[in-house]
Amino acid sequence: MKILVPVKRVVDFNVKVRVKADQTGVELANVKMSMNPFDEISVEEALKIKEAGKATEVVVVSAGVAACQETLRTALAMGADRAILVETDAELQPLAVAKLLKAVAQKESAGLVILGKQAIDDDANQTGQMLAALLDWPQATFASKVEIGAGSATVTREIDGGLETVEVKLPAIVTTDLRLNTPRYATLPNIMKAKKKPLDVVKPDALGVDVAPRLKTLKVAEPGKRKAGVMVKDVADLVDKLKNEAKVI
Amino acid sequence: MAILVIAEHDNAHVRGGAANAVTAASKMGGEIHVLVAGQGAAQAAADAAKLAGVAKVLHAEGAQYAGGLPENVAALVVSLAGGYSHIVAGASAFGKNFMPRVAALLDVAQVSEITGVESPDTFVRPIYAGNAFATVQSLDKVKVVTVRATGFEAAPATGSAPVEPVAAGPDKAQSKVLSQELTRSSRPELAGARRIVSGGRGLASGENFKMLDALADKLGAAIGASRAAVDSGYCPNDYQVGQTGKIVAPELYVAIGISGAIQHLAGMKDSKVIVAINKDPEAPIFQVADYGLVGDLFQIVPELTQKI
Repeated sequence: MKILVPVKRVVDFNVKVRVKADQTGVELANVKMSMNPFDEISVEEALKIKEAGKATEVVVVSAGVAACQETLRTALAMGADRAILVETDAELQPLAVAKLLKAVAQKESAGLVILGKQAIDDDANQTGQMLAALLDWPQATFASKVEIGAGSATVTREIDGGLETVEVKLPAIVTTDLRLNTPRYATLPNIMKAKKKPLDVVKPDALGVDVAPRLKTLKVAEPGKRKAGVMVKDVADLVDKLKNEAKVI
Repeated sequence: MAILVIAEHDNAHVRGGAANAVTAASKMGGEIHVLVAGQGAAQAAADAAKLAGVAKVLHAEGAQYAGGLPENVAALVVSLAGGYSHIVAGASAFGKNFMPRVAALLDVAQVSEITGVESPDTFVRPIYAGNAFATVQSLDKVKVVTVRATGFEAAPATGSAPVEPVAAGPDKAQSKVLSQELTRSSRPELAGARRIVSGGRGLASGENFKMLDALADKLGAAIGASRAAVDSGYCPNDYQVGQTGKIVAPELYVAIGISGAIQHLAGMKDSKVIVAINKDPEAPIFQVADYGLVGDLFQIVPELTQKI
């Protein structure tokens, strides 16, 4: 079985994003970019499945600008076998990405696609589910445990109020939650090796996909600021303030 | 054109922000229909019919909807989608799971977790963990929208809409629910609680985390946690408040031993009154707190529990 792992290049999770003064978006110039943290978890899970002898190859794929090659190299350094970049300078929204991934998954005859549950830039939480629908595959989202069986996968999902275990027939889509695993670090020898691993570049046109955006961003603004609070001196003062000033107890 | 709201439910009541999604839908213009799909869900359909502003409840009955399986629910929604300008659901684990499938099958974009409705095709939604808010316009004919519950009041139960049965769709039989492990608690549900007591790494152990119980009981509050506390195993996963956990906006949020990482603040900074208790006066949590108290939580929490 071949596992396909889509990875996204996003603003590093440690960066405090700033809204541009003209409100057209957030500042991306000279900002550190990294692999979406949920996608690192996806890569790790795919590698673990392969190491357990349940998969033969881990193929990573990204869609976006040429610089996404760096993100793919990171995944290759973690241990993925080869990479595909669907290269475009166009703005890509989740539906378009799902269509591109559908084309790649079919071309590669993937038996399992593992995606991060959401990207930490647009926080959309859509691409995996959309890809599942387009392929007419089952899905197990927000996974905290994945076991591959014969012709099916058993996945524990994080849901509101607890955990749920589902069985999905393969081929299937899994989206990863935070507690699925701890991604490995790429070692220096593996980073060197990754430079020699195959990385194919294709264009959206070659996959027959129209990536035109369906949502138009009219404005990006700073969140409303909370008014400055006060420091209280002790518990009695706090209780007094909550009772008599805020009136919440 | 009418609006279809898909309601999460537990067979007895609608839940998961369905009542808030109805309020959001009421700002999009158009008659509101609510879909309740389940097995033995008649009571939940009756509950949905009470939501103010609802014109009609559609009730689909079938074993294939028992676990809320996304493949089956999405197929049903798509079969009903003709004639609707908007398809709306709460951004709960249920809504987030099946709604993008609906959007993809209709070949339209989804607008996720909106916190505001500017016009029938323009919505406000948080991006970058709530560090920015985007105003987006949908160019598609059908708008598929999930609603962040904290952005809208719950529709009151003052209505009385008719309930109509609708034909169930096929069982796609691609997946099945094997088991559920739900955290049982007599306390209010975190996502809708009016008061929340939340603990972080500062509590230092699962044993210490339990000291929040007495305070929560006295306040009638739900218990939450930071990702650090969850990852350290002090409490179950579903306690997590933050960008990737629950988004909450209670009247009172008491953050105890929580430093206030960006991803945690994203989940609670819309709370009405925030209290922060932390030994580190530089902790970022104090920047969003209405009332801050610097000190040893192991002394403060018992004292607060006693005096409150």
